[in-house]
Amino acid sequence: MNTICIMCPMGCPLTVEEVGGEIKVSGNTCKRGETYGRDEFSHPKRAITTLVKLSGGGVASVKTSGSVPKEKIFDVIHFIGTIVAPDDVKIGDTVSQNVFGLGVDVVITGRK
Amino acid sequence: MRTMQFDVAIIGGGPAGMAAALSARKAGASVVILERDVRLGGILNQCIHQGFGLHYFGEEMTGPEYADRFRKMVEAEDITVLLESMVLSLGKDKSVTVLSPTYGLCKIQARAIVLAMGCRERTAGAIALAGSRPAGIYTAGMAQKICNIDGYLVGKEVVILGSGDIGLIMARRMTTEGAKVKLVLELMPYSSGLKRNIVQCLDDYGIPIKYSHTVTRVEGSPALSGIYYAPVGADRKPVLEKEEFVPCDTLLLSVGLIPENDLLSGLDVEMSRITQGAVVDENRMTSINGVFSCGNVLHVHDLVDNVSEEAEIAGKAAAEYARNITRTNVEYVSVSATDGVRYALPQRVSKGEGKVRVFFRVGDVYKNCKLVAECGGKQVFSKKFMVLAPGEMGSFEIDRSALDGDMVVRLER
Repeated sequence: MNTICIMCPMGCPLTVEEVGGEIKVSGNTCKRGETYGRDEFSHPKRAITTLVKLSGGGVASVKTSGSVPKEKIFDVIHFIGTIVAPDDVKIGDTVSQNVFGLGVDVVITGRK
Repeated sequence: MRTMQFDVAIIGGGPAGMAAALSARKAGASVVILERDVRLGGILNQCIHQGFGLHYFGEEMTGPEYADRFRKMVEAEDITVLLESMVLSLGKDKSVTVLSPTYGLCKIQARAIVLAMGCRERTAGAIALAGSRPAGIYTAGMAQKICNIDGYLVGKEVVILGSGDIGLIMARRMTTEGAKVKLVLELMPYSSGLKRNIVQCLDDYGIPIKYSHTVTRVEGSPALSGIYYAPVGADRKPVLEKEEFVPCDTLLLSVGLIPENDLLSGLDVEMSRITQGAVVDENRMTSINGVFSCGNVLHVHDLVDNVSEEAEIAGKAAAEYARNITRTNVEYVSVSATDGVRYALPQRVSKGEGKVRVFFRVGDVYKNCKLVAECGGKQVFSKKFMVLAPGEMGSFEIDRSALDGDMVVRLER
């Protein structure tokens, strides 16, 4: 796998390979790059931010309470898109729990 | 016309205005925030992505959450907030003319003013975009507002010009909302956005970026039907023989931000041609005594955390000025930038005791370089960097007692 290290502005081009059951990172300049490359290779995760509909019309912004595996991003976003939150929902309220059993909730972050 | 008196009037209720108001209030001043939008928070309200607050609050937050945290702190204090209130003009006597739904046309007489108006985006007109003027061309921030606040997607097939952070964030946003982002074009050979955004907004979704390329013209009437683009030469002019066409219904522009200093046109505030904001001292006071500037109206920041910290400096100093406890007969040294450093701020520092933090931005990507600050030929600071990039503002601290002449900040390569 090829990626760019995001730990600093240097942006080292990383190559991550599995050789004989061992993950090898090359192209990095420092230790942080090696850790980043290893994590990105073995279990890349992302927090998701998107919108939910409000029952009275309009939208509110939401986040997942933690990161989800990268390959689940679109599944989670499509699910969140089906949520209609009550009109009196406030920042910090949870509108859906343990999405797809991934251990993350959907939390309101902002609204008009 | 009604006149109201305050120690400190703060123009703008975004992150800079809120932090300035809190620190001015804490320093004992009576404070008013004048905000033209329907709520406090400014641009943070539409930045629903993560990445805010790591430095300031020690936790990662979304923009609306960061705004909400500050909004609640403002509401808990005795701070007057006028919403939907447009400041029409500023007087040299620190009077502020405001149009407010509550008071109509009114005047605020302040002892000190903090400018916290933020910045606005460069538009199609500002970059002299060639071609027709179809619907479907938006600045990235406008598309972000329409999406995240109003809940509408501006188009389905998108090209983005410029790879500033808002452009990159919107590439991901449009994609996750179901649009196809076909291409990102960047005039420069590098992105002015954060590496993290290149990886997590473009690479994650397989969105191609072409460096050293630009849009040559747009086509379509009444709506955009596509754009032409071409590589640019070393002079950054497009090589038109290599022009190509991409059909699309949306072009987003992420081509730079300009501090919104129009209100200063009647005042003789000394401005910087580089930052397009005021020239300030370490208290963020402009060339007019009692007028302070902070946040993106002073210089464009990449992290809101830095905006909050800078605004706290300005707010506190404004309160002290209003209460007449500012030192007079201050002797300044100037701070200038050269040899790869685009600007350093504050542009002047008063002599005295204590430390002062100097912020700087470089003009290009430099690897394995040394940042040096000299005062009257004597080195007062130096640090080696593996890399410095225009997209990431840097800073260093110096001892004011070491300032015995004008300071120059430069790069050694």
